[in-house]
Amino acid sequence: MKRASRNIRRPRAVPRKAEPETRAKSQKPRGRVNAYATHHLWVLVSSLGQLWRTPFSTLMTAAVIGIALALPAGLHVLLSNVQQLSAGWEDSAQVSLFIRQGVAEKRILALADELRGWDGVSDVRYISREQALAEFRELSGFGDALDSLAENPLPAVLVLRPTPAQAQPAAMAQLLERLRKLDAVDQAQLDMEWIRRLNGIIEVGKRGALLLGALLAMAILLVVGNTIRLTIFARREEIIITKLIGATNAFIRRPFLYTGFWYGLMGAVIAWLLVAGFLTLLSGPVSQLSFLYDSQFRLAGLDATTSFYLLLSGIVLGLAGSWLAVSRHLQAIEPT
Amino acid sequence: MIQFDNVSKRYPGGHEALSGVSFHVQPGEMAFLTGHSGAGKSSLLKLIALIERSSRGQVFVDGQNLTRLKNRHIPHLRRKIGIVFQSHNLLFDRTVFDNVALPLIIAGYHPSEVGRRVRAALDKVGLLNRDKAYPITLSGGEQQRVGIARAVVNRPPLLLADEPTGNLDPELSREIMGLFEEFNRVGVSVLIATHDHDLISRLDHRLLTLSGGRLIRDGRTTELAATA
Repeated sequence: MKRASRNIRRPRAVPRKAEPETRAKSQKPRGRVNAYATHHLWVLVSSLGQLWRTPFSTLMTAAVIGIALALPAGLHVLLSNVQQLSAGWEDSAQVSLFIRQGVAEKRILALADELRGWDGVSDVRYISREQALAEFRELSGFGDALDSLAENPLPAVLVLRPTPAQAQPAAMAQLLERLRKLDAVDQAQLDMEWIRRLNGIIEVGKRGALLLGALLAMAILLVVGNTIRLTIFARREEIIITKLIGATNAFIRRPFLYTGFWYGLMGAVIAWLLVAGFLTLLSGPVSQLSFLYDSQFRLAGLDATTSFYLLLSGIVLGLAGSWLAVSRHLQAIEPT
Repeated sequence: MIQFDNVSKRYPGGHEALSGVSFHVQPGEMAFLTGHSGAGKSSLLKLIALIERSSRGQVFVDGQNLTRLKNRHIPHLRRKIGIVFQSHNLLFDRTVFDNVALPLIIAGYHPSEVGRRVRAALDKVGLLNRDKAYPITLSGGEQQRVGIARAVVNRPPLLLADEPTGNLDPELSREIMGLFEEFNRVGVSVLIATHDHDLISRLDHRLLTLSGGRLIRDGRTTELAATA
């Protein structure tokens, strides 16, 4: 661009009489960057002013964007909460080691001691065959049937609690592998399998929220694109006039892009308010529920990171939507 | 400043608006372009501002060959040409000041510089006290003067005008022409398309006459009175 303008400003054919003209040029570079930044700021503010002049239609567009953003954002926050909750339960994961028949109690106790020394093991509890039998008799109601057996059929059990760091699914699988290789161990069983299933369900939910988000993002692009398209047509005259007096496409594009930016930002703020409002409404019943379950669980709100990404995605979608409209329709408007 | 070499313009559909037009307007010269409506005056002006491109022949503006100018360089060409339209082409949702400031803002001038130059341009057309008015509140003559202020505010070396006095009474028309002559005196090349023979016959400038897309005469306006 710079080269082109220099090319155009070739001094030849400029008459000596045109002295004011050349003087004007020499003054021009002063504060050029500054002028550019000022211009951007001016466009930013004036495009907001344009929107402000039609508050109702602006609010409608922003609200559509807000609702479309609030859906996946709210779902994400809820799923994060459920995950938080199940992470609390993961601490209570435990492994039952069924000891092979015929292993002497002394060896089992020694093994328990050894296991307590392992990384990732926080506690090991020994349940002897007799204790297991007594427990089973008490809980199952098969007491009489057990009496008729000549021998105690139940194995001794070591109940092993992992440290919280160990409680991740991958680490647990490794620990199980190691435990199963132990000589005295007949079977090692992770009792909290269902948590992994719950986590699986949460993952499915999160993927679903992501897909939903992608669909709604496209909807936002279309909404913003269409709104900007209408604005472009409404300001067709102005675009033609500015093109006639030497405006570049970038100059003409700018106010529309900033308008898209404002739509996106306003939509994101509305989405934030919606999600925050819903969470506030839910937090009362949720803490009541968790109190009934004797739990300290509190519904987590929108944290800074989520809020940041919510605002960012609103702005990006607003800009992208207006870019779509602008790149499609602005080229077509030329003076005739 | 403006050079046409055997230029033709044919529109889709076969209508030939200009055929084989050649002329050269020197830097600092003032010229009128006349002819009955449909003679090709507007088409000729459009070729100079690259609103349209010639079908044949070459157009040079300020030593630059427009035939080879890429589309993305058109804005920079237009910044060197002040254009005055018959319909004024003002933006009615902005004040007089903002309308006149637009070419400077487009060209990236500093705001303080913009204010100074806009006031100078408005002063020249005698509308300095109307800078905060909206164009709709101005008379036709005043609107045209705003259009002229906008055309000259960034001091272009070339000024084009398409029927600038089309809707104005004779008195105002003479005033507007006087403005153009003033700009010409400080070195601006001026080309005015008009069919107002009464008006231009009183002035002494070059006169290009188009008819049916051909340049049929290239003389002085004073000769017009003699032949008419």
